[in-house]
Amino acid sequence: MGELWSPIRLTLELASITTVLLMIVGTPIAWWLAWSSWRGKELVATIIALPLVLPPTVLGFYLLIALGPNGLGGWFGDLAGVRTFAFTFEGLVFGSVIYSLPFAVQPIRNSFEAMGKRPLEVAATLRASPWDRFISVAVPLALPGLLTGAVLGFAHTVGEFGVILMIGGNIPGETKVLSIAIYDFVETLRWREAHILSAGMLAFSFAVILSVSLLARRARNRVPA
Amino acid sequence: MSDQISIRLEGRLGTFEIDVDFFAPMHGITALFGPSGCGKTTILRSVAGLNRIPGEIRVGGDIWQNERLSLPTHKRPIGYVFQEASLFPHLSVRQNLTYGALRTKAEHAIRFEEVVELLGLAHLIDRWPSHLSGGERQRVSIGRALLSQPRLLLMDEPLSALDRMAKDEILPYFEALHSSLKIPILFVTHDISEVERLADHLVLLKSGRVQMSGRLSDVLAAPDSPLATRSDFAAVLPGRIEGIDPDGIAVVKIGTTEIYLLADSLSPGEPVRVRIAAGDVSIARQRAQDSSILNAVPVRILGIEAIGVSETGLLLGLPDGAGQFRARISRRSTIRLNLQEGEEVIAQIKSVSLLANR
Repeated sequence: MGELWSPIRLTLELASITTVLLMIVGTPIAWWLAWSSWRGKELVATIIALPLVLPPTVLGFYLLIALGPNGLGGWFGDLAGVRTFAFTFEGLVFGSVIYSLPFAVQPIRNSFEAMGKRPLEVAATLRASPWDRFISVAVPLALPGLLTGAVLGFAHTVGEFGVILMIGGNIPGETKVLSIAIYDFVETLRWREAHILSAGMLAFSFAVILSVSLLARRARNRVPA
Repeated sequence: MSDQISIRLEGRLGTFEIDVDFFAPMHGITALFGPSGCGKTTILRSVAGLNRIPGEIRVGGDIWQNERLSLPTHKRPIGYVFQEASLFPHLSVRQNLTYGALRTKAEHAIRFEEVVELLGLAHLIDRWPSHLSGGERQRVSIGRALLSQPRLLLMDEPLSALDRMAKDEILPYFEALHSSLKIPILFVTHDISEVERLADHLVLLKSGRVQMSGRLSDVLAAPDSPLATRSDFAAVLPGRIEGIDPDGIAVVKIGTTEIYLLADSLSPGEPVRVRIAAGDVSIARQRAQDSSILNAVPVRILGIEAIGVSETGLLLGLPDGAGQFRARISRRSTIRLNLQEGEEVIAQIKSVSLLANR
């Protein structure tokens, strides 16, 4: 059973940490993309959206170089006392955040844009500071978008395969996540284990898509003032 | 001056150029009036700090903006009422009302109960914004602005998104606001009837510039008033109820002139505002003996100007400079009666309406 549990636990850990980081990094990016009047912002949006169309192996290849001893990973690794971030859990987290960023940023940006500047202006005329406006007005009004972003980011990380294969390899307990484990089980003709994990993923994906569409419906039903 | 609002803005916002410099008193309602695109909303948003246009804004002795500094919106003691009520949809009416009140550092001189009473909100308090009518929402948004304890209330066409019925429902609350609170109001509108009914002070704007500004009756009566040639022009004269005759006719005294009008629920001594539309005034050389027109008052012709090819606008003065109003008559009549500036004639006023109790 350990063989089954280890990849599940690892996957959930990776997806949870990635989702938290996605929210911390993605929300300010989405905010900036929604409100900035700088003309070049769509260029930034395009770069963030690249993982949507790029083959995961291409992204994984560049990430591997970036995380390796000759890239940023080596430089940061020196500080942390390791040679490289490739083939580590930390490396996977970094790669997952990059890979899933567009899935989180897009719905959050959309919900900020749908909310519009008006509620923030109203709050400002009622003495709310910028941070106060964000917490008391923007977050509640954009909540469906924020939740959708989090759910999609989480789900996308769980389903990741190509990128992980490129930068994480297949180290049990460190980088061997669900999708890799399933691949492994099939390769070694262990159909029973492959069945159990695949069925679990199927149910999970179903639940995710259902919850996202329910969230989206709730957002639409909100009556504007 | 510490009892004034002074606004000087010179610059551009996008492609729109603005160059204004005017004063408004620290009491009563000042209307910013002009066609759409004249810059009135831009000025209001600049006073709120929602726009940045170079210039200087002082309110009652405090500098809100000058060359060196510009207070951010949340540090300006304003209340802003937007064209659409813009209530927070995720908060109840009560929470909307207290949003600003919880955040202001000013003394709570305007109390919650007082505002609820003034704006008739008691039965709405526990509802959600999505369950209110347009007029109710706008009343809540006015209450919300008031409870943030503003020193200056800014209103951007607060009535224009409302239909006739909602407008009629909300106007009395504005008048109540005006008489019971001592907060100055800057009021943006493109509707002259709102100006006549509510304003004390008027700033006329066109293409980002001030055409004229001053007390309402002065701006309306000014010989070169840009409003004079409007077909719906009306003068607004402040008067006092002298008495009510037994047949229900109220006698309003403007200086020494008596004006008669049909009005109920008035009591002697009350200050009122009388509206005389230029199109309702005709001119006679002598007092007609057999006419149904109640009001025929002696006036002096102060000015005559042509309006288009077939009409003439007359500026008329009441005796002793008590007030001025206008008549709009045909050019043919002007020539037939041989009307000249400085002459005394009789102005027959077909209808006089009462605007508001002041």
